[in-house]
Amino acid sequence: MDKRSRLSTADAELALREARRLLVPRMERPGRRAFLARTLSLGGLALLSGCEVTSQAGVEQALSAVSRFNDNVQGWLFDPNTLAPTYPESMITRPFPFNAYYAVEDAPEVDGTDYRLEVAGRVADRRPWRLADLRALPQAEQITRHICVEGWSAIGRWGGVRFSDFLARIGADTTARYVGFKCADDYYTSIDMPTALHPQTLLALSYDGRTLPREYGFPMKLRMPTKLGYKNPKHVRAIFVTDTYPGGYWEDQGYNWFGGS
Amino acid sequence: MSLTADRAIHTPATRPPPIHPAWVRAAHWLNAAAVLVMVASGWRIYNASPLFGFTFPEAVTLGGWLAGALQWHFAAMWLLAANGLVYLALNLATGRLFHRFLPLSPRGVLRDMAAALRGHLAHDDARRYNQVQRLAYLFAMFDIALLVVSGLVLWKSVQFGMLRELMGGYEAARRVHFVAMAVLVGFVALHLAMVALVPRTLRTMIVKS
Repeated sequence: MDKRSRLSTADAELALREARRLLVPRMERPGRRAFLARTLSLGGLALLSGCEVTSQAGVEQALSAVSRFNDNVQGWLFDPNTLAPTYPESMITRPFPFNAYYAVEDAPEVDGTDYRLEVAGRVADRRPWRLADLRALPQAEQITRHICVEGWSAIGRWGGVRFSDFLARIGADTTARYVGFKCADDYYTSIDMPTALHPQTLLALSYDGRTLPREYGFPMKLRMPTKLGYKNPKHVRAIFVTDTYPGGYWEDQGYNWFGGS
Repeated sequence: MSLTADRAIHTPATRPPPIHPAWVRAAHWLNAAAVLVMVASGWRIYNASPLFGFTFPEAVTLGGWLAGALQWHFAAMWLLAANGLVYLALNLATGRLFHRFLPLSPRGVLRDMAAALRGHLAHDDARRYNQVQRLAYLFAMFDIALLVVSGLVLWKSVQFGMLRELMGGYEAARRVHFVAMAVLVGFVALHLAMVALVPRTLRTMIVKS
């Protein structure tokens, strides 16, 4: 029997998606390969002149290994009971900056009426969620600081469903390691379970008292004041609970996965 | 001049002890490497979102792009912090911190500074730091400690809440981190100029005597 035919359609699709996930960011960013060439230019040479640098890949591998080590350190440092500071309304940054890997006019336009939030992976109830159902859940609000990996920060006001409440409602296996997110703008990312269960982690449906606008992630974003901006996915269309490392759009290109603050 | 404390410890030895013990020399060069990587990658990170009205020329930065610079920065931080802690611990344990860097007085600093500017400062005993050196080296230790603390706040502002408040918040910590970096770079420039003026100090930081 031909081996290929034994591969189920689902498996094939999964493999294809995995391959695309690994390859597309590399193909789209040829500059990435060049980054270590440049990395080794000045300080790198000065630093490593005494050492034997057999290949750039070796340096990249070593730096990635330290980055994974830093993921573990951050997981260990993360205190589920430590809250991010909150601020008075007068301190909200106006206008709150738009930030994405595309221009604001290219932000996806999601139709709220036929929007369905997909739920997958290690959860008991995989029924998709309509926006109205999410809005009917108990809502929480926070005014917290959003910190970008670039260094800047801005204070904003988000409202929505506590993510831990949502995970409880869908019967998520909270012993699983990761929660992954897929977005309408093809962005994707994933977080650790302790952060997913943190009391300030919100499925944000509103910004500053009004429906979450398109530029800030309509119809829904995951808001975590305990993580850097790129870990807060916008336009979320699917959530899955898994033990398999899902990576992320920026994380797969070299940004630290945990990205905590 | 009386015997220095260093000599007193090593009285039975026939050969004079090295100007700088091996652990000081090792710590010095590990620190130099860590600072070089931290500053060069830090400049690239700064460029991603400049605090002030300028950016650093990319040719003198490390990492190529933001993610690369962050990887270098968050790798070299371990070297900087671990080496710094070992250095401070040994300095305390051996008593070197006290007999090399103290006593220190404002009057002594002014006197040695004036002597240095007139070219009258003697360097005949490399085991003895003058008052300006003591102040400069102690300041460098303090400044690197400040860089580490403000850096911890930038890295984990939620988890290190007390340090964050000590720095005056996340945004204030960015400024503290930048100014501490600028001052350290100034120290390094002055330090290198001094080594160029008294080249044998470079040798004593490399070999035994």
